[in-house]
Amino acid sequence: MRRIKELFEKKNKRVLNVYFTAGFPNLEDTSILMEALQENGVDLIELGMPYSDPLADGPVIQESSLVALQNGMTIKKLFEQLESMREKIQVPVVLMGYMNTVMQYGFEKFCADASHVGIDGLILPDLPPFEFEKLYGAIVAKYNLDFVFLVTPETSEERVRKLDNLSSGFLYAVSSSSTTGKDKKFNDITAYLERLQSYQLKNPILVGFGIRDKVTFDSVQTHSNGAIIGSAFIQALSTSKNIKQTTADFIQGVLN
Amino acid sequence: MVKLFSKPDEQGYFGDFGGAYIPEMLHQNVEELRSQYLSIYHDPVFQQEYLYLLKDYVGRPTPLFLAERLSERFKSTIYLKREDLCHTGAHKINNTIGQIILAERLGKKRIIAETGAGQHGVATATVCALKGLECIVYMGEKDIVRQAPNVARMKMLGATVIPATSGSKTLKDATNEAIRDWINHPHDTHYIIGSVVGPHPYPDMVARFQSIISQETRSQLKEKTGSELPTRVIACVGGGSNAAGAFYHFLDEPTVEIIAVEAAGHGVNSGMSAATTQLGVPGILHGSKSIVMQTEDGQVVEPHSISAGLDYPGIGPMHANLYTTGRARFMSATDEQAMEWAFEISRLEGIIPALETAHAFAVLEELDLSINDTSVICLSGRGDKDLATYMTAMENQ
Repeated sequence: MRRIKELFEKKNKRVLNVYFTAGFPNLEDTSILMEALQENGVDLIELGMPYSDPLADGPVIQESSLVALQNGMTIKKLFEQLESMREKIQVPVVLMGYMNTVMQYGFEKFCADASHVGIDGLILPDLPPFEFEKLYGAIVAKYNLDFVFLVTPETSEERVRKLDNLSSGFLYAVSSSSTTGKDKKFNDITAYLERLQSYQLKNPILVGFGIRDKVTFDSVQTHSNGAIIGSAFIQALSTSKNIKQTTADFIQGVLN
Repeated sequence: MVKLFSKPDEQGYFGDFGGAYIPEMLHQNVEELRSQYLSIYHDPVFQQEYLYLLKDYVGRPTPLFLAERLSERFKSTIYLKREDLCHTGAHKINNTIGQIILAERLGKKRIIAETGAGQHGVATATVCALKGLECIVYMGEKDIVRQAPNVARMKMLGATVIPATSGSKTLKDATNEAIRDWINHPHDTHYIIGSVVGPHPYPDMVARFQSIISQETRSQLKEKTGSELPTRVIACVGGGSNAAGAFYHFLDEPTVEIIAVEAAGHGVNSGMSAATTQLGVPGILHGSKSIVMQTEDGQVVEPHSISAGLDYPGIGPMHANLYTTGRARFMSATDEQAMEWAFEISRLEGIIPALETAHAFAVLEELDLSINDTSVICLSGRGDKDLATYMTAMENQ
């Protein structure tokens, strides 16, 4: 069963993927947040595994990662929390994180445990295609996990096609060359998304980085299959007194 | 056949270590560099300018000095490679000279760098002033307080110093911030990494720019001793740039013993140490696979050393390979030993070394030096920047 594939077969427009850092704001919030996101109409959940040195992320996500680590979040702890996830969560869930923590856990054990709890795919932004093809891709495939590569406006057509070919589930289109949580110029993004669309890639495209509200979410829908929100949601959670309510307000604000 | 230790393969691997573990947002920048650095490096016009600036601006070749009183003490022959006499006071400028010419060739207008103690920041600010390029240096908020004179030097040279306020607010975080800046500036910016760390091609490129140290050492030894090859070469290692340069042209000479000295801090097993090979395991830090000090869960830990230049939780992939293959012998020196040897060398030879460099001397007592041996120690930097620490030590004596 490939939940991400099924999702895009049912719905190929305005797919909303929301990221949050596991263990933030509190260690035991993981399932509360996943349920709240699902209830409010989020199509796909991207669960961040906190890392001390998250290079691709901006200050908001790094700060949430530090809090999560101080709260005691580890990959082992996260898999314990996710053990019965599939009793309540029907939407696809992907894990996002950095290679060093996965290597220490053991790459194959990580894939096996992720698959066991019902994780659908992985995003490891610092695992380059060369290493993926040489070593890791076969392990990911063995455990029936999808693997999502990122492309940016700087990525050449040849390389976009290669990364699309190596990806399954969806392709993550970084809206501009930047870390997460920065404001973008949306005219440039439209031209870039049009270009990606013209390649007629095998994977659906979700746009991430700089998507923070209804306006920015709507602005990228014409030439993509949906978008990913991360930093803005984390920002909302960081000042929240009631994370269920905050999640409802935030997601409704984006969708309606 | 002699195994080549100095050069990586096509993908930037030294044995099991190296590569380029970078997010796609950095691909364009790193690929531009990777595809061009060797052809630029080998271009005679590039070499001509590089060697000219090393000679007339940096003051190379640096002397290979016979340390007579130190030699007498150990009943052996010990030479000091005087990198402390380079312009700006350390070997760091060998690399920044090379990279600034490279950046010009690539048409870059904006230079970024990370710095810990400030030596690499000063060396970068210096070459940016020389070339009239904009310079932004990321420095941990804590280091800015600890290294005020170097912050002032950078500012006087026209650089902008931006505090890294994330994480532990030291070198590791300054490096993260510099990498993020590079991600956000994919066209006009060159990142001058200060050590043999980072994604391929940095470890190889920085090692090549520092290899001038061992290239000169060979010809100076030949002149002084009749042989190009010493018994051993000793250098301190944090990320490992002075060591890479001091070892480079000796690595494929099986008779030359290679000794790398890490910072043990309060002691290797004290929990306050920066002896990466002793405390780390294979991992990924700042874009390359190497040996990394980290928790069981793969979170990078904050090391400790009295010298900011060795206070780094990783080590260049070339050194990780020298360690695991046994080509180099890795030793360590504590804060206390380094401090003791800083005073020892000051009073034996009239040279005040940087605290980093002092670590390299501290292992002499543990080595079995014979009367027929020739040892070369890379005196990587001068101690001016550490005067405040030395003054405190004198007050407490």
